[in-house]
Amino acid sequence: MGKIIQVGMADLKLAKTPDKLMTAGLGSCIGICVFDKNVGVGGLAHIMLPSSTLAKSNLNHAKFADTAIVLLLDELEKMGCSRSRLQAKYAGGSQMFKFSGDSDIMKIGPRNAEAVGEHLNKHRIRVLASDTGGNYGRTITFDPKTGDLLVRTIGHGERII
Amino acid sequence: MVEDFNELSSIQIDALKEIGNIGAGNAATALAQMVNAKIDMNVPKVNILPFAEVPDLIGGADSHVVGIYFNVTGRAPASILFILPIDKAIILCDMLFGKNIGDTSADDFGEMEMSAMMELGNILSATYLNALAMFTNIDFIPSVPALGIDMAGAIIDAVLAQFGEVADHVLVLDTEFKKEATDVVGYFFLLPEPGSLSSILSALGVNF
Repeated sequence: MGKIIQVGMADLKLAKTPDKLMTAGLGSCIGICVFDKNVGVGGLAHIMLPSSTLAKSNLNHAKFADTAIVLLLDELEKMGCSRSRLQAKYAGGSQMFKFSGDSDIMKIGPRNAEAVGEHLNKHRIRVLASDTGGNYGRTITFDPKTGDLLVRTIGHGERII
Repeated sequence: MVEDFNELSSIQIDALKEIGNIGAGNAATALAQMVNAKIDMNVPKVNILPFAEVPDLIGGADSHVVGIYFNVTGRAPASILFILPIDKAIILCDMLFGKNIGDTSADDFGEMEMSAMMELGNILSATYLNALAMFTNIDFIPSVPALGIDMAGAIIDAVLAQFGEVADHVLVLDTEFKKEATDVVGYFFLLPEPGSLSSILSALGVNF
């Protein structure tokens, strides 16, 4: 049996078959999984914000969609993955709070989802599936062997994408 | 200007604990009056944490909670987050509505219960901020409450994202409210924005 490797907020980790990657409690954040099925290696980044360009503190590359994707691709290549075979799945980007007026806190989830899609596309990484939006949290477990991404929620079911 | 939380001196941390203590003391009294039960609190902790460790304060990113969020504006902007495990939230609802404890289940959590929780949050944050304002002579203006019921990590990350633009760590002034000494009912977090700390610390006379 493989290990389940925990990935925290604004963090990025890699796993090799039979290990799996897991991140708990994604709200407006997004868990981006990129993997090479042939090598059986995958990475998971738990990003908080869409872009590093507006931030004053951008040393942690795993915090932003744009820099986390670049870091993921570099790290996976170092592990022997082929850039052309890399595929992606992602989940999260919800809008957690109701009644929050016009505060920015409402928009961060959808903005994250948009940025992740955009940057994966920019690096020509094929997106196999995504599960974003809504107003509920997600806990995800990614298996780099099969590419299955298990999404668990409270009150909104469980699914594999 | 306090930019890096790790540069705070122990006197400054003690000063923050002290205002947290007074704020939370008043809030605990208000809560006790609302639910007509004895509410205790611990001495507030000042935590300087990387984002990933914040959900651990309340039992992990996976735990099912009710979160009430306030955006505080003024000279010293901050965020307030009041978090209750779902099973404690329904007990508080039973107490507020004068029902027997156990009458409401987590599945019954509807508009009425949400509204009660937001009102509870309103009163707690207003009493907390009033005490802070008296002490520092700074006006704190809380927003209307925003409510979320879900995984703790999911509730917290939207709030932390606002801090992510400027920092990698967050300063959390946290207090646990307890019913009958042992049973934790909720966690009250004050998260000052990095620039606000200077305003608060100078008002307290410990900004060196």
